[in-house]
Amino acid sequence: MAKITMREAISQALTEEMDRDPAVFIIGEEVGVWGGTYAVTKGFYDKYGPERIKDTPIAENAIIGAAIGAAMVGQRPIAELMTINFAFSAMDYVVNQAPKLHYMFGGQFMVPLVIRAVGGGGRQLGATHSQTPDAIFAHFPGLKVVSPGTPEDAKGLLKSAIRSNDPILFIEHATMYQIRGDVPDEEYLIPIGKSKVQREGKDVTIVTYCKGLELSMKAADELSNAGIEVEIVDLRTLRPLDMEPVLESFKKTNRAVVVEEGWKSYGVGSEIVSRIYEEAFDYVDAPILRVTQKEVPLPYNRTLEQAALPQVPDIVAAVKEVLK
Amino acid sequence: MKKEQQLDLYYQMVLIRRVEERGAELYQAGKIGGFMHLYIGQEAVSTGLIAAREPRDRVITAYRDHGVALNCGLSANEVMAELLGKATGMSKGKGGSMHMASVEKNFWGGHAIVGGHLPIAAGLATGDQYAKNDNVTICMFGDGATNIGYFHEALNLAKTWKLRVLWVCENNVYGMGTSVERASAVKEIRQKAEGYEMKNSRIGGMDVTKVYEAAKEAIDYVRKNSDPYFLEVDTYRFRGHSMGDPERYRKQEEVKKWEESDPIGIFRKHLLEKKAATAKALDEIEARVEEEVNKAVEFAEASPEPAMEDLFNEIYAE
Ligand SMILES: Cc1ncc(C[n+]2csc(CCOP(=O)(O)OP(=O)(O)O)c2C)c(N)n1
Ligand SMILES: [Mg+2]
Repeated sequence: MAKITMREAISQALTEEMDRDPAVFIIGEEVGVWGGTYAVTKGFYDKYGPERIKDTPIAENAIIGAAIGAAMVGQRPIAELMTINFAFSAMDYVVNQAPKLHYMFGGQFMVPLVIRAVGGGGRQLGATHSQTPDAIFAHFPGLKVVSPGTPEDAKGLLKSAIRSNDPILFIEHATMYQIRGDVPDEEYLIPIGKSKVQREGKDVTIVTYCKGLELSMKAADELSNAGIEVEIVDLRTLRPLDMEPVLESFKKTNRAVVVEEGWKSYGVGSEIVSRIYEEAFDYVDAPILRVTQKEVPLPYNRTLEQAALPQVPDIVAAVKEVLK
Repeated sequence: MKKEQQLDLYYQMVLIRRVEERGAELYQAGKIGGFMHLYIGQEAVSTGLIAAREPRDRVITAYRDHGVALNCGLSANEVMAELLGKATGMSKGKGGSMHMASVEKNFWGGHAIVGGHLPIAAGLATGDQYAKNDNVTICMFGDGATNIGYFHEALNLAKTWKLRVLWVCENNVYGMGTSVERASAVKEIRQKAEGYEMKNSRIGGMDVTKVYEAAKEAIDYVRKNSDPYFLEVDTYRFRGHSMGDPERYRKQEEVKKWEESDPIGIFRKHLLEKKAATAKALDEIEARVEEEVNKAVEFAEASPEPAMEDLFNEIYAE
């Protein structure tokens, strides 16, 4: 085991897969000479050259569209969206083309495409650059949506995503590149579509993913000091959604809080809560609560932005509430 | 141009420079956050351009907008306050560096999605066409923005509908770290306008008087003919793309070379040579700017943070 950062973990997954399979290449804005906006592909341009590290014009439709085309003829492109907010500039390709092509043509085409996109708020980038719109993408059958919360998961899931024959949106969080975690020394893969218990506990189940995991782990420490043991289930993949560990945990605790960075209305939590009510209604001892971003476009001002984002004390309060 | 106006342009350019230099310091000190893109080096473009408009002509630009905001008549106080995220900023601290605007000054924003404001500019002009007035919309954007679909859709619409838009491409050689050469199929960006049979020209952007003259002519043309015009302006940003740019894509010699044609230096020399101003008069302007910027920083620092309930205000108009 080695302790590495999220950035290093993602970087390693990319290089390992590029070294393994010559069909893998990277396409996106500032991925090459610049070294990646978040420095994930730093040094790649010198190592792999411009054919495999393709700096593009600012043209999100062309980036995702061309990646889809290249994937259809057997390459394995990794398209990078500088931020997930720019997925909206390529929305047709992300949700209306990539996820449809295999099905609509009776399985003739495969789209082995990974779209890496950086999301999340907290960096004072203003309303158009700070979103956590993961739920929107998870709405579409045909697209897989992965969003890891630890370096270990990021590396293993990204490697699986690159080897997958389906289009996968891989969502990273802009404020998590520096977090550290243990990663196995030997090669490993983590299957897409498997949730994981990241912390065991008996009192309340927290269901979360990505940034929500980081916050929930902190809340769990605090709650533990107060004698409350939460169990944290990390979804890791939003679609296909693996409810098994969630339900198993819930049947034990009978109480749950869902933590996500996106908005509450029509969000990930909406899905999780309905599924618990549908599949484990007899086990419900208290209303299930959601900790989310406030229903506002994110402001630039730091104090207001932080007030709009879900915070550790919000999680602590929600857990105590469901225990009442 | 009258002497007073020339001095005013000098004042505006120095004001932009000093507001941004102080802004950069405040950013380093952690008082400004988010993305901040400096206009230093490009001051002559928006200064000359906006001086050539009538007040009823609209201006819209991208996120590199501090200079444009000041040229449109927003005060250094408001600009600085917005940078610091204060309630007294023109966007009440909700927008920050990239999102300055003023309806009163006919400045329709600072927009942060590359190319995204071009169709909106066509829309401003569509609104004016519908209202049967002859306002011109001046839409500024970078070289990089001409590679995204929005640009092409907007230009085509403007030409087809004969919209009164002056498209101004600030060709500062790079879109982030990608040079025009590496990102654009045509080396002269104005050729893209040719593709839409749009009248166009390419000018140097370091001499404010030249920008002013070209803009005057272009705005006149657009107004009289109800026909869009495309102006490519060569310029250069002396600083990184935004704060914290590793600048691996260009050599310092290249920056140095461009700095020799500093638009403020060029204009100062021009004013002295043409005897439009004495060195003393120009120094006085600089001293006045210094004081104004000091006051703006004080004003911004002393201004209140937006109130917490502001978080929920203005999500909808009603
Ligand atoms: C749709 C979209 N894609 C990518 C970005 C990220 N981005 C911000 S500025 C920029 C470069 C723009 O270059 P250019 O248009 O030449 O303007 P300049 O910064 O040189 O003024 C990029 C890629 C964005 N804001 N919006
Ligand atoms: Mg540029």
